[in-house]
Amino acid sequence: MRVRPSPTSGATGCLRANRRVGCRRAGLRWCLVACAALVLASCRKTGILDPQGPVASAELLLMINTTEIMLVVVVPVILATLGFTWWYRESNTRANHSPEWAYQGGIEFVVWSIPALIVILVGGVAWIGSHQLDPKEPLVSNTKPIRVDVVSLDWKWLFIYPDQRIAAVNQLVVPAGTPVSFRLTSATVMNSFFVPQLGSQIYTMAGMATNLNLQADKPGTFPGLSAQFSGDGFADMRFTVTAVPAGDFDGWVAKVRGTGSALDDPVYAELTKPSRAVTPTTYRSVDPELFGRIVDQTALNPEKARAGRAWCPPIRQAGG
Amino acid sequence: MLGRLTWDAIPFNEPIAMAAGGGAGLAVLIVLAIITKNGWWPYLWKEWLTSVDHKRIGIMYTLLALIMLLRGFTDAIMMRSQQAIAIGGAEGYLPPDHYNQIFSAHGAIMIFFVAMPFVVGLMNFVVPLQLGVRDVAFPVLNSVSFWLTASGSLLINLSLVIGNFARTGWLVYPPLSELAYSPDVGVDYYLWSLQISGVGTLLAGINMVSTILKLRAPGMIYFRMPVFCWTALASNMLIIAAFPILTATLAMLLFDRYLGMHFFTNDAGGSAMMYVNLIWAWGHPEVYILVLPVFGVFSEVIATFSGKALFGYRSMVLATLAICVLSFMVWLHHFFTMGASADVNAFFGIMSMVIAVPTGVKVFNWLFTLFHGRVRFKPPLLWSIGFMVTFVIGGMTGVLLAVPPVDFVLHNSVFLVAHFHNVIIGGVVFGLMAGYNYWFPKAFGFTLHEGWGKASFWCWFIGFYLAFMPLYALGLMGMTRRLQHISDPDWRPLLLVAELGAIVIFCGILCQIVQLYVSIRTREHRRDLTGDPWNGRTLEWATSSPPPSYNFAVMPQVDEIDAFWEMKRKGAVAARSGYETPGYETFEMPRNSPIGFITAFFAVMIGFAGIWHIWWMAILGFLAAVVSAAVFGWSEHREFEISAAEIERMEQARLAGGGAA
Repeated sequence: MRVRPSPTSGATGCLRANRRVGCRRAGLRWCLVACAALVLASCRKTGILDPQGPVASAELLLMINTTEIMLVVVVPVILATLGFTWWYRESNTRANHSPEWAYQGGIEFVVWSIPALIVILVGGVAWIGSHQLDPKEPLVSNTKPIRVDVVSLDWKWLFIYPDQRIAAVNQLVVPAGTPVSFRLTSATVMNSFFVPQLGSQIYTMAGMATNLNLQADKPGTFPGLSAQFSGDGFADMRFTVTAVPAGDFDGWVAKVRGTGSALDDPVYAELTKPSRAVTPTTYRSVDPELFGRIVDQTALNPEKARAGRAWCPPIRQAGG
Repeated sequence: MLGRLTWDAIPFNEPIAMAAGGGAGLAVLIVLAIITKNGWWPYLWKEWLTSVDHKRIGIMYTLLALIMLLRGFTDAIMMRSQQAIAIGGAEGYLPPDHYNQIFSAHGAIMIFFVAMPFVVGLMNFVVPLQLGVRDVAFPVLNSVSFWLTASGSLLINLSLVIGNFARTGWLVYPPLSELAYSPDVGVDYYLWSLQISGVGTLLAGINMVSTILKLRAPGMIYFRMPVFCWTALASNMLIIAAFPILTATLAMLLFDRYLGMHFFTNDAGGSAMMYVNLIWAWGHPEVYILVLPVFGVFSEVIATFSGKALFGYRSMVLATLAICVLSFMVWLHHFFTMGASADVNAFFGIMSMVIAVPTGVKVFNWLFTLFHGRVRFKPPLLWSIGFMVTFVIGGMTGVLLAVPPVDFVLHNSVFLVAHFHNVIIGGVVFGLMAGYNYWFPKAFGFTLHEGWGKASFWCWFIGFYLAFMPLYALGLMGMTRRLQHISDPDWRPLLLVAELGAIVIFCGILCQIVQLYVSIRTREHRRDLTGDPWNGRTLEWATSSPPPSYNFAVMPQVDEIDAFWEMKRKGAVAARSGYETPGYETFEMPRNSPIGFITAFFAVMIGFAGIWHIWWMAILGFLAAVVSAAVFGWSEHREFEISAAEIERMEQARLAGGGAA
């Protein structure tokens, strides 16, 4: 790409400018290719691309199917846009030109029909998917689900096992292959409970309980997080989900029962104070009604909340 | 005396905030000093600040948007840098309380003070010209609307130096935005700036709808209006319907914060769910308020630069109105994860997809406008083609997110962030830039430099893909939005690419600044003496560039959709707008009025006093605003007459000046 020095006649000046542009474009292209390679290389299968349970798998499949349906139209449209623009460029003398052509009923019919058909197709997928993957519907399984109550706090997650009467912070241990039935609320601002590899997230909101059903198929450790911004400690509001072999779960419960402190009211009150990047902890016992009291907002200050409830009962269940 | 305002409100111990605030303040002082030194104040006051000319107001809106774009973009690049640095244990350079302010300010500023004023400014400038009329329906109200928007942006920028901004996200969801969790003035800055500018936007909407419905050139029935006017009509009807919801919602949050009420609090029966529903009942139509007018821009640009009439005009109008109605029936898709039943989620998911039908129709119609066209690769067209390619990708990810179970895993992820930047940048911003390049010669009488315009387009286009394609991927990998630091080091390469993309977009903005500078410097060589630099189709090109204050000396007669194109075709160019026909008539034009500026002054006073609880000042500001409005209301000399003889003299002078070339 070396440019020979030449007298600055108009033509060569122009040529040189063109070459320089070409050179710049080539550099740009390499830069883009390198970036694309980097993007692809770092795109490991993680997060929702690496589903570890029936809900996440179904949702990923739905996503792929929907995308494929739409690509059928989107790719041709992009190609046609580029193609038409290039072919009908002003300098192309071979291209037809019909400046008055502005309407054709058949084409109008088709351009309304194509997106309509796609939407009917994807809409059907959405309707069926919404019902099959309704977060509050229990998962179909022969195994009895375990119950976990989830409370979002500033800025950590409290998991209460009402049947086992134990609790944990920022650490959720579940048996693999067993459905987990969550009830969720917040003792503070809104958060969203989300384990990308297990599927659906759901909001946690104070004074209300939401429901979610998930399952981990195989033992493993999966990151969990809050997906709804909740303040200064939000970035550290992370927890780990450990799916243990079904047989090991009781062993874990027994171990938790044997160690640590109890989650009584003073300990809970301490826990509600803002704290960041909290180390996972377990509690050997907990009042199984604690979740209900948090939803009723009577866990911290029974007297005040009872007075409030007399004239304005809190909403127990989010949504309809 | 000064409420909650003390010296503690100035962030002396935060070097970044001080530098930013100081820099902005210094820039303002320098500009003011230059104006004072050159004695430009009388000119500025008489010709601009008090102007009720829709064109000048439109230009001021656009200028405001461009200045605020610099602010909003600074926030963006700070965020991207923080996320590129603070990975795997590193804390980065922005602590959470600062980072959280920055992403909140970025969103609020980009939507309310960049996209909105830009869109409103374009409509303000173009619509009366396209309709072939002399001004909007309520010229003084137009000035008030603009100045209220300017007040809002002044207040939001004050939060840089005095106090702080909200740390809650750009829609200040309660309970986080309630006093219990956000006791400082950040949310108050947000609420007062938006309330003030929101009133301005609502008034602008009423004005524009009245203009389009009641003032059109003779013969311009609805189905001869340019498509941009149709989209402006739809957009402004949405403003009228949606902005009161915003005002009411923010008022309720204000009452919670100032009067101890419990609309959205955690306790005493408040419900944050109600806020989320209400804010999106405004928020989703808002998306279409922004995007419909730019669809209009693309329709004009693609038709003009293809040298063809827009394909399927009636389809386009129908699609516009369909989007207008449907936009109110989809708000719940912003929170499928709130726990509504499957029926509700599915309904709103499908309704959201239905909007893709009229939108898809528009894309196809643009495609068929290009078909058999004679495409000229000028900057406005490049932006339009870039838009079509980019927007269909954004539309696709939008439909994907409208499938509730898919949203369950993508909600609040950076995939979502990528999606809405894909439609806002790839749609709204590209459209605004197309419109800016397209109508600039009409506004100032000279064209913008093409090379820098193209360079700017390519930087924005490539930068957009570099910045947001990695976010799509990261969202799929499970990265959520608004993270001050990132725990997974595997995300670093993609975040670095995104940072690079932001830098490339920054180059695009620099190119635009250079383009403006170069164009002004070389304006004598790029004068548009014909008034029609692009071989346009609609009436704004029928008058000179820049148009006289009264736009058209004689109201044009409209017989076809592309009125000016038809005039030219019929060989009526020489006689366009009747320049050479002697039929000048006397008409009235509105007088300039300082009331907009005065209202804005008191609005800032009320807002600032409200934010800092300085009640005497708020009451004073309110009373002063009422009194000045009353004084204005009783004044009787609001119009002046231009006699036929005077017009003839002015027109001949203008034509002689134009004819010199």
